[in-house]
Amino acid sequence: MATELVSGNEACARGAIAAGCNFFGGYPISPSSEVAETLAKILPGHKGIFVQMEDEMASLGSVLGASLGGAKAMTATSGPGFTLMQEHLGYATLAEIPCVVVDVMRVGPSTGVPTAPSQGDVMQARWGSHGDREVAVLAPASVREIYDMTVNAFNIAERLRTPVVVMFDEVLAHMREGVELSAPSHDELWRRPRPLEDPGPSFRAYLPNEDGVAAMPNFGDGYHFHVTGLMHNEKGFPTTHPETIRGLMARLKRKMDPLPFWLPAEHYRLEDAELAVVAYGITSRVAREAVDRLRDRGVLAGLYRPRLLWPVGAADLADTLGRFQSVVVPEMNQGQWVEVVERYLPSAVRVVSRSKLGGEPMTTEEILEGCREFVKKGVRAL
Amino acid sequence: MNPGKQLLRQDMMPHILCPGCGHGIVLNTLVRVLAKRFTSMDQVALVAGIGCSSRIVGYIDANTLHTTHGRALSFATGLKLSRPELTVIVITGDGDGLGIGGNHLIHAARRNLDLTCILFNNETYGMTGGQLAPTTVLRAFTTTTPYGNKEKSFDAAELVKAAGATFVGRGQAYRPDLLEELIDRAIAHRGFSFLDVMTDCTEYFGRKNALGGGSDLLFSQARGEEAIAQGLGEWPELRDPDGFPIRETVPMGVLHEVNRPTLEEMMGLAGYDAREE
Repeated sequence: MATELVSGNEACARGAIAAGCNFFGGYPISPSSEVAETLAKILPGHKGIFVQMEDEMASLGSVLGASLGGAKAMTATSGPGFTLMQEHLGYATLAEIPCVVVDVMRVGPSTGVPTAPSQGDVMQARWGSHGDREVAVLAPASVREIYDMTVNAFNIAERLRTPVVVMFDEVLAHMREGVELSAPSHDELWRRPRPLEDPGPSFRAYLPNEDGVAAMPNFGDGYHFHVTGLMHNEKGFPTTHPETIRGLMARLKRKMDPLPFWLPAEHYRLEDAELAVVAYGITSRVAREAVDRLRDRGVLAGLYRPRLLWPVGAADLADTLGRFQSVVVPEMNQGQWVEVVERYLPSAVRVVSRSKLGGEPMTTEEILEGCREFVKKGVRAL
Repeated sequence: MNPGKQLLRQDMMPHILCPGCGHGIVLNTLVRVLAKRFTSMDQVALVAGIGCSSRIVGYIDANTLHTTHGRALSFATGLKLSRPELTVIVITGDGDGLGIGGNHLIHAARRNLDLTCILFNNETYGMTGGQLAPTTVLRAFTTTTPYGNKEKSFDAAELVKAAGATFVGRGQAYRPDLLEELIDRAIAHRGFSFLDVMTDCTEYFGRKNALGGGSDLLFSQARGEEAIAQGLGEWPELRDPDGFPIRETVPMGVLHEVNRPTLEEMMGLAGYDAREE
């Protein structure tokens, strides 16, 4: 297989095709537009449909409608558009409609800097929609990983009937890397669970299997079921019954439990490390180099890289990092995922946020500088 | 027996509509048309937004989708494109379709996807308690216009026609026989068809404007009936007890009908099916 020079946004579009995506509804926005542009070009050749909608709310609405018809459906956007999509992300969570949303992060708040990177949407992805809800958020760190994780995202969305967000930044979106993009085999692609029973009045559209996921027929397949954003019972009909609501909310949370096992965090040189750096996305690329340079100078540093930002793989995080005296968390925001690290580590661990704003990516030197105070005296100066 | 009754989900009853509300008449008329046109509801999808009108899709035993406020047409667009063989009918209200969802309405009309959109127009936000709608006429009282409405209202049919819809009509709850014909023609039409259906909100709009009860409001639609019977009539003007016009005169019946290629025809989707395998 030949090595190609591919940008992150192109890799995302091609990952979608490899995953079997056959519907894209979107609205142009920097720095994500090349995802839409690439799919506009190649989807029709792969028996897929591309439609440009009138705004981001309609984009995700069209994606959810297509998914109910049986399509593997996706949209892509950036900060301001991601904000507008929050309503439908909440809807997709409660109505349990598989979909993939790509968020290419740019500087915010508001219009911010449309063509400069940030990691400012981490908390928005988790809490942006009203009401409690779980959401799956994947954070690739390279062009190759954007391709792979777009496939992962479709698999998770289908398997768990939930919206999945793939989140990277402007640098990864526009950066070109030499990659070999090998398509997954048919067996590696997961599909939403199908009902085993025939259509009929006893069919319950939201009756969960043991894993908490209900079988999902398509609209038009003969199952006359109801889909709503209201709290609903197992038939899908609206309810205000408190016990039913509590049960539904607990199930929606529980069904996400396997995710941290499917996408475990990467542990890099952590085994004998005395200083841990926690970083994700583009920042983890720089953090890896910083760890290597610290090691070159005799500092036992290591990198913990979550590939899944939400839900948090809390057990692995606590097991791996609980023994450290100091954990440094560089992010291109004012300190968002650092709150997660603080939450799940014992209070004896000193968790330090190293934040960078302004639309420039973090540099190796800045991470080294951020680690300086934790380097023992006697070790060669950084 | 009502031929549409078999299409209603009995376990969803009783419905949420108030006594005197015109929406039930429109629901009844819709299921009569569906029963007449389709031997099975397997290939019929009803998509709705939020509001009193939008709740009616839950009562129909079909593929039913109750979406978010104003956005039903976007869901319907994705559904129809992924499964062009389905008959997709969108149920919306005047607040849902012309207020929060107005942008989606004009773009759906422009795309000319083969959808039918039925807008229940009761000139107010009923479910939230009778507030100002984009269809509330000048000077009318609502809970958010306690001194009378100072904004001009939309003419939904003219708006959607200008946006490019290929079938536009207006009906009323008072004449279900004519409405039945209108709904039937709208579904039969290839392309984006839109119906502005005048119904009455007795509990809020009627009460706030001292227009009487449900039957008073319904019979107020009757003036002008002769013209309506001829196929293109007028929704009569209605005045409050002080003589101020509450409802402007608007034409009824089929208002616009043309043919132009649908979006699915432009995309070459004959036989397209998004399902895998």
